[in-house]
Amino acid sequence: MNIKTPSKLEKILASGQLAVTSECGPPRGTNAEEIIKKAKLIKDYVDAINITDNQTSVTRLCSLASCIHLKLMGLEPVLQMVTRDRNRIAIQSDILGAASFGINNILCLSGDHQCFGDCAKGQNVYDLDSMQLLQTVRYMRDEGKFLGGDDIKHPPKMFVGAAENPFADPFEIRAPRLAKKVAAGAEFIQTQCIYNLERFEQWMKLVRDRGLHEKVYILAGVTPLKSAGMAKYMKNKVPGMDVPDEIVKRMASKPKEKQPEEGINICIESIQRLKEIEGVRGFHVMAIEWEEKVPEIVQRAGLYPRPKE
Amino acid sequence: MIIADKKPIEEIIEAIKDYKKILILGCNECVTVCEAGGKKEVEILASALRMYFLNQSKDVKIDEKTLERQCDHEYLEEIRNTVENYDSILSLACGVGVQFTAEKYHSTPVFPGVNTCFLGATEERGVWVERCQACGKCILASTGGICPVSRCAKRILNGPCGGSSKGKCEINKDLACAWQLIIDRLKALGKLDEYEKITPIKDWSTDRAGGPRKVIREDVKQ
Repeated sequence: MNIKTPSKLEKILASGQLAVTSECGPPRGTNAEEIIKKAKLIKDYVDAINITDNQTSVTRLCSLASCIHLKLMGLEPVLQMVTRDRNRIAIQSDILGAASFGINNILCLSGDHQCFGDCAKGQNVYDLDSMQLLQTVRYMRDEGKFLGGDDIKHPPKMFVGAAENPFADPFEIRAPRLAKKVAAGAEFIQTQCIYNLERFEQWMKLVRDRGLHEKVYILAGVTPLKSAGMAKYMKNKVPGMDVPDEIVKRMASKPKEKQPEEGINICIESIQRLKEIEGVRGFHVMAIEWEEKVPEIVQRAGLYPRPKE
Repeated sequence: MIIADKKPIEEIIEAIKDYKKILILGCNECVTVCEAGGKKEVEILASALRMYFLNQSKDVKIDEKTLERQCDHEYLEEIRNTVENYDSILSLACGVGVQFTAEKYHSTPVFPGVNTCFLGATEERGVWVERCQACGKCILASTGGICPVSRCAKRILNGPCGGSSKGKCEINKDLACAWQLIIDRLKALGKLDEYEKITPIKDWSTDRAGGPRKVIREDVKQ
């Protein structure tokens, strides 16, 4: 896959090295120090940092401004963008704004429904869906045009990603859906958190059977469990999450104070096993409000030091 | 058809409490079928309001009338000669009927007695479900006859989103995921390969986005 953008993440992936990304959620207020602090904890252990976009529909400091803070620190942000809150004018405009700050990565998402957040009575937009957002960014970059057909002066050069959940229903369209995202323009994929490794391996086989692993860089998503309670919650309450009983049992078998350590162990073992799967090109470590553990996970998983580029 | 639901009587009373001669105007079309604003509902509401005003010791005249349609000049003309006997009309038609009545009888206040909900069908008696959002550009040919615009909570044209779980939507466990239904139907039709066609960005200008809409048919215009 040829390099098409100034993205550091793209360069690392194209070089064949395993990439490591992580993510940070912006604060619910104006204090940028909160995001800067999180970024400082992980910056030497990851190649790029995703900034979530009003995740679970809870209003926060915007992803774009947070990405700019990271960029000003000399880091490599991945702008997450959901189509829930913006029409095609705002989307294209924000893409230009991000690119003007040298933000070179974008993750295209549809976003959680607003009923989960603090503005349940608000409208959603969904002028585009995540697939059409992928097409939009690629069109702006590759054709140098706005959706309306006009030329863009200095088009945005962004490395374009999407999320994929290998565990969502219906299973039979999981690989076709990835194929669709690749056809729409996805160049990297960050997957949903993986706990059920066997099912993930099955999915990767379907992906390889279609040759998709050669068309898109797949970063396997992992999230360390903090407690048995969290494991149960993820298993039972989070849609599209597949946490096998053995994992829940393993967490519950430890005394409460040892559970965080066990969660980290499970995460590291998962990474070791995922490394062996053909087509896995890196890891997306989502340590939810537990960013301080990212360095340990990355080091113990043998993913440190990170490449200079 | 247009599905409507009765407004709470407290809200209706709040709107009409200062009037003395009220005509409750039903409609014999959609709102009759969905049991929100037909002759029967006009009778029930009239009785309830009469009782309310009696308890309040207020002398209020309440009459009942149900038209064939309130979205048609012809039928609305039927009350032309009697409308002056009333100081207000409480219309149990959909929002279209309420507005058409108000446009026609410019100096008579018209109040809605129902909430107009959506375009739908009767799933079973007492249960009505949405099936269309009148986006103005039907895509059912490519989605197995199941509409993601009206039936997906995100109107996603290339679904399902990550919130689809065991065939249900992330917003409500009792709500079918439209994209699960589309995939099941494409499979039943032997057309699952069509799933991989990307639906292009939609022209929403025929939807609400384009402003109030109008259909003009020169061939049937008089």
